[in-house]
Amino acid sequence: MAVLVVADHDNASLKDNTHKTVTAALALSNDVDILVAGSGAKGVADAAAKIAGVRKVLLAESDSLGQGLAEAVEALIVPLMANYDAVLTPATSQGKNFSPRIAAKLDVAQISEIVEVIDASTFVRPIYAGNALETVKSSDGKKVITVRATAFKAAGEGGSAAVDSIDAGPGAGKTTFVSQQLVKSARPELTAAKIVVSGGRAMGSAEEFQRVIDPLADKLGAAVGASRAAVDAGYAPNDYQVGQTGKVVAPELYVAIGISGAIQHLAGMKDSKIIVAINKDGDAPIFQVADYGLVADYKSAVPELMDALTAAGV
Amino acid sequence: MKVLVPVKRVIDYNVKARVKADQSGIDLANVKMSMNPFCEIAVEEAVRQKEKGAATEVVAVSIGPAQAQETLRTALAMGADRAILIQTDADPEPLAVAKLLQAVIAQENPDVVIMGKQAIDGDNNATGQMLSALLGWPQATFANAIELSAGNASVCRDVDGGIQNVDVALPAIITADLRLNEPRYASLPNIMKAKKKPLDITEAASLGVDLAPRLSVVKVTEPPKRGGGIKVETAADLVNKLKTEAGVL
Repeated sequence: MAVLVVADHDNASLKDNTHKTVTAALALSNDVDILVAGSGAKGVADAAAKIAGVRKVLLAESDSLGQGLAEAVEALIVPLMANYDAVLTPATSQGKNFSPRIAAKLDVAQISEIVEVIDASTFVRPIYAGNALETVKSSDGKKVITVRATAFKAAGEGGSAAVDSIDAGPGAGKTTFVSQQLVKSARPELTAAKIVVSGGRAMGSAEEFQRVIDPLADKLGAAVGASRAAVDAGYAPNDYQVGQTGKVVAPELYVAIGISGAIQHLAGMKDSKIIVAINKDGDAPIFQVADYGLVADYKSAVPELMDALTAAGV
Repeated sequence: MKVLVPVKRVIDYNVKARVKADQSGIDLANVKMSMNPFCEIAVEEAVRQKEKGAATEVVAVSIGPAQAQETLRTALAMGADRAILIQTDADPEPLAVAKLLQAVIAQENPDVVIMGKQAIDGDNNATGQMLSALLGWPQATFANAIELSAGNASVCRDVDGGIQNVDVALPAIITADLRLNEPRYASLPNIMKAKKKPLDITEAASLGVDLAPRLSVVKVTEPPKRGGGIKVETAADLVNKLKTEAGVL
C-alpha cells in the first residue's frame, strides 16, 4: 500500500509536524510520499525531500493552495487518492479544516487525531477530551487520517527523494481569501517547543500575563501557553490556548502558573514529560498531575524562580 | 434568511467521562447530558443574527434518541423558532450525520448552516466539513465572528498562529469556535414558551441514508494515569530538582 502525507508548512518553512506524521505513515507502509500544497513553496518541498524514508515529494502550487483554502486542498487531493490507500494529515487547524472533506468525497470515515498505529486499519485515538482512548478498526478501503503529531517521534533527516511538480487542481470556488493576521514571535512554536510556560486566570489581566509569563518563557527559551480561562478573559491570544479545544502539547517541561487544572486544560498537556505547577491553592487539581508542585502565590514565586534559574546558570 | 443549526446531545461538559469496566465504551447510564457546548455557541449565534435582523428564521435540528428532544427544547428556549428531531438510537458517525443533515437541508433549504466545530464526546471535528463537501457549499470553519449579508458571509476564523478572514458565498456551512460568543441562559418564561414551539420528529431510517458504522470500536480504555509528584518548598528547590532529578534544564 502507498500512503500520502500532507505537509504542514507556511509556504516558507516545513514544520516538524510533518516529520512526526511521516513516522505515523511509515508504521502503515514503506511507500510514503509527501504532498506540499502551497505557493512559492519549492523550498518546503526540498526540505520534505530530505526526510528519511520518504519515496517522493509532490509539489502543487497556486494562490488558493498558498492561502490554505480547504476546498482547494481537498479538490487537489481527492483525485490523487486513486494512487494511495491512505492519506495522513497533521491535526493542525489547517489539517482539520480540509481532511474531513477528503473523507466525505471518498465516502469513508475520517479517523481523527490518532495517537498510535496498531496496524494498517487499526488506530488509537483520544475521545472525551482525552479521558478515554478508543481503539478503532476501519472497514473502509481508503483511510483518511489526521495525526496528533505530539504522539509520534519526528522522522529523521537524510533522505533524498525526488520532487515532482503536479497540477494544482481547480481552486477554491465559492470561498474567497480576504486577509490573514499571524502573530509574529521570536519564541518557539507552541506545539513544537521543548519547554512551555503557561499562565492561567490568576494573572488577572493581559498586562500582568505578559509581565509575569513572558520573561520566564524567554529565560527558559520556552513557548508561551495559556489556559482557556485566561484566553476567554482576554489575558492571552486565542492561539496560546492549551487544552481540549486549543492546542495539544507534549514538551519536555511544562510549567503551569496560576492554572487550576480543569479537565479541559489537562487534556492538552498531560502527556508532557515533566509538569511543574505553581499555584497558591494547594488543593488545585493541577497538582494531581504535576511532578513538582510549588504551593505559592505566583507574584512572589515567579521572581524567586527567575533568581534561582539565574543562580543555577540558566 | 433561514439559518439551520444542528445540535447534539452529549455528556455534560462538567461531568468526567468514565470508561466501562468491559472496555466497550463510556458509561453514560445516569450521567447528566446536555447540549454540546459548541452547538450552544452555534444556537446563540443564529439567535443573535435573527435579533439583529440578519436572519429571519432559526431551525434547530438534532440527530439522536428520543431524549434529544430535551436538547432541542433548550435550543428553542434560547430562541430558535422550531425544531426537527431525526430520531435514531444508533450513534451515527460524522459521515452518516453529514448525510442525514444533507437530507434535512434538501427539505428545508436554509441559506446558511451554523454548527459547532466539534462534539465533546467523539472529538472528531469533522461533520461540518463533510457536510460542506457533500453539498458542494463553501465552508468557513472555526468562526470567531460572522457577518451575514445578502448572498455572502464574512467570517473571521481562528487558525494556528492567528486569524484568517474569508468570504463565503451563501448557502454555506459555518462552524463555531469558542470565541464566537458566550451563550445565554434561557429564562424561565422562554423555557415555558419553548414547550409550545413546533418540534417535528422524523425517523432517521426514513431518510434513506446508510447509517452503518465504518469504524468498529475494538476497545475503549483509560489513558495511562500520571502519578502525582512531590511538592517542593521553594523556587530554589524546584530549580534544583529540575536540574538534577528531572534533567530538563
